Amino acid sequence: MTAPAPVRAAFKQALKEAWAGGAGALLPLGFFAGAAVLVPLTLGPNTATLSGTATAVLWIALALSSLVTMERLFQADLEDGALDLWVMDDAPVSQIAFAKTFAHWLVSGLPLVALAPLLGLILGVAPGELPRAAVAYGVGGLAFFFWGGFGASLAAGVRRGGLLIALIALPFYVPTAIFGALTLASPTGVPPEALMLAACTLFAIAIAPFAMAAALRLAVD
Amino acid sequence: MTGPALLTAQNLGVMRGERVLFRSLGLDLFSGEAVLLRGPNGAGKTTLLRTLAGLTAPETGVRTLNGRHHWLGHADGLKPHETPQEHLALWATAWGSETDIPDVLETVGLTRAANVAGRTLSAGQKRRTAFGRLLLIHRPIWLLDEPFAALDADGRGLAADLIAKHRASGGAVLASVHGDVPVPDAREVLL
Repeated sequence: MTAPAPVRAAFKQALKEAWAGGAGALLPLGFFAGAAVLVPLTLGPNTATLSGTATAVLWIALALSSLVTMERLFQADLEDGALDLWVMDDAPVSQIAFAKTFAHWLVSGLPLVALAPLLGLILGVAPGELPRAAVAYGVGGLAFFFWGGFGASLAAGVRRGGLLIALIALPFYVPTAIFGALTLASPTGVPPEALMLAACTLFAIAIAPFAMAAALRLAVD
Repeated sequence: MTGPALLTAQNLGVMRGERVLFRSLGLDLFSGEAVLLRGPNGAGKTTLLRTLAGLTAPETGVRTLNGRHHWLGHADGLKPHETPQEHLALWATAWGSETDIPDVLETVGLTRAANVAGRTLSAGQKRRTAFGRLLLIHRPIWLLDEPFAALDADGRGLAADLIAKHRASGGAVLASVHGDVPVPDAREVLL
């Protein structure tokens, strides 16, 4: 199954744009690492407390990091006129929005997943737990990025719309945060909560692109 | 004026906030024709063009396009990191165009600036890139929002040339303009 040419073009353009932003794409990574590294300093050196809260702390850090660069996802396109061209294209706007959000996740979200095990290790998560945790963060992070993208599409025309994006997206983060935390709180294996976590992500990927398309049509109006 | 109109607008009305920009506006655009939209700043020329392009939804009326259209707006659609060469290649892929990109770059006079990133291009060079985009694939209707803005004398001549060629090949142009423009035999619409 291959995507239509315009969707592939939008995907490539978004990848290039994210990298061309220089350090911008890695800003969430710094935010994620910074938040996780500050926690031991505020919670104190008690290893039992640290390892007990580590996975939860990383969920919070992941959720907030995903919002850091969300503002520019569609705003840049709106300003430079590219959004006009994409909206008028033959390809469904929802597919363009999907491609752009997925590209944004690849550049800004996937590095977080790669960094999560290391931060987990620093915070005292048992090494055997780390692969499972990384998968959970990967799955949950996708949902965060798609709901964040929805917020970004609604706030595309708003100057300094970062706060608005957070307000719109954070309620949608709740199920992922709950089932993500429950997944990693259960001792081992794939608990039912993990399936719910995956279901939340699939729901986000299925619904958010259509919501983004509607919002982007309003943004160019 | 032979054949059916390429573009028809009937009873078009658009509001912005509490203000009526225009109402009961009718417009036909025929093959080979150029229509110039004139009016003071804020009269609604851009909004009318965006409505005809399908970007803005009108409050009343319908617009019918009898063919595909190209769009050239205030913002040229070029990314800060994109070079003219990359920009044209991207849209050529998206639209399935087989046009030779270096040829297009030469036509719009950007051979030397082909690999300069958008952020360092001048406004006129960006506008030339946008004109290059219109040449990637033939679409009969050109909707141009102030196409001559930012262009130097040579660029204006180039734009006039491209518009004339497009009309000669059966296309039609609807453009918002200010002042004297090198578009002969054009119909003018005052907003």
